[in-house]
Amino acid sequence: MAEASSSSEFPKKVIYCGVCSLPPEYCEFGGTVKKCEEWLEQHHPDMHAKLYSQEAIEQNMSSLSLEAQKRAEKDAQKKAAKAASAEAKAQEQRATSKILIKRIERNKRKYVTAVQGLEAFGLDIKKVAKDFGKKFATGSSVTKVPGGGEEITVQGDLSDDIFDFLLDNYKDVPEDNVELIEDKKKKAAG
Amino acid sequence: MFKKDISPGAKSKVKSSAQRAIRSKVIEQYPKLEPYIDDILPKKEQLDLVKLPDRVSLYTLGATPLFFQHMDDPLLPHLTLVHKYPDSFQLLRIDRGAIRFVLSGATLMVPGLTSAGGRLPDDDADEEGRYGDEDLEAGEVVVVEAEGKDHACMVGVLKVGTKEMREKKKGIACEAGHYLGDGLWGLG
Ligand SMILES: [Zn+2]
Repeated sequence: MAEASSSSEFPKKVIYCGVCSLPPEYCEFGGTVKKCEEWLEQHHPDMHAKLYSQEAIEQNMSSLSLEAQKRAEKDAQKKAAKAASAEAKAQEQRATSKILIKRIERNKRKYVTAVQGLEAFGLDIKKVAKDFGKKFATGSSVTKVPGGGEEITVQGDLSDDIFDFLLDNYKDVPEDNVELIEDKKKKAAG
Repeated sequence: MFKKDISPGAKSKVKSSAQRAIRSKVIEQYPKLEPYIDDILPKKEQLDLVKLPDRVSLYTLGATPLFFQHMDDPLLPHLTLVHKYPDSFQLLRIDRGAIRFVLSGATLMVPGLTSAGGRLPDDDADEEGRYGDEDLEAGEVVVVEAEGKDHACMVGVLKVGTKEMREKKKGIACEAGHYLGDGLWGLG
């Protein structure tokens, strides 16, 4: 035991599955085994050969009772269905979500620009707010929105610039899902 | 403990004095990590603290999660750290049948450890002595490996001692763990 800790041995390099993020030997317990296997075959063929050999699969099975095997199989199916529906849902959410860039008139000719809906695209709102502040050298803050979620408020009329900046810098944001709108103060009569 | 997805809260820098305290705490709790402590917690690099739900603090170095802690309980290693230094922790092993339960967030039960595929300290089937030869007390931190797998799948705190487990062969073994694929794993 004592000499086992020779300094070159650690830290161990660990490969994690590019699909489900677990060590590949655990992929079999997730809902994405098919995809996991394809990924492993592509990226680490030697490991794939070891983990998915007929022998390995049989050995895995033999250590479980027949009843447990059946349960495990059912369980795996359920998980697969769950994973598939979660993915579909996430995709749908992405497709239907919108980022709103709102130009808001504060005073005459004074504007702020509010950006909502970033969270649906997996963006870290605080980080994006910081990026805005840096890029446009202006005040940029995160506030909670009454309906839940957060928005970024940037000082100045920067709607078009923010639109371009979002599309250029955040690859997960499709152009069709960004909308520019204007929120005018109620015009005083006359 | 992290069955749901976690949205991490505020991140703050750990003061250097606190950073030193954490370092010595890690060495005290996991003496077998000492040879690697400069790689794990480099003296000159900034350690961050991320607040997680339910009063859990997570210590990270850059984007790498290292240890987490519920209030003032012991520091527990993130599984990615365990995978880098597997021999530096107190290990137990569950049988193959228990893996899918653990990975779905179920409480670890004693039979998963006392069955033929499981391993406790001082196990006759453990010829290399990988699982140690001294019994563990309730409250000790354990890393749980799995039959037929190279990498650990869970970290937790023992609910009962291993001697008692061997005698009773039933009940809860380990509660409130961190397991592969849970919300904390998702932050790694
Ligand atoms: Zn996988």
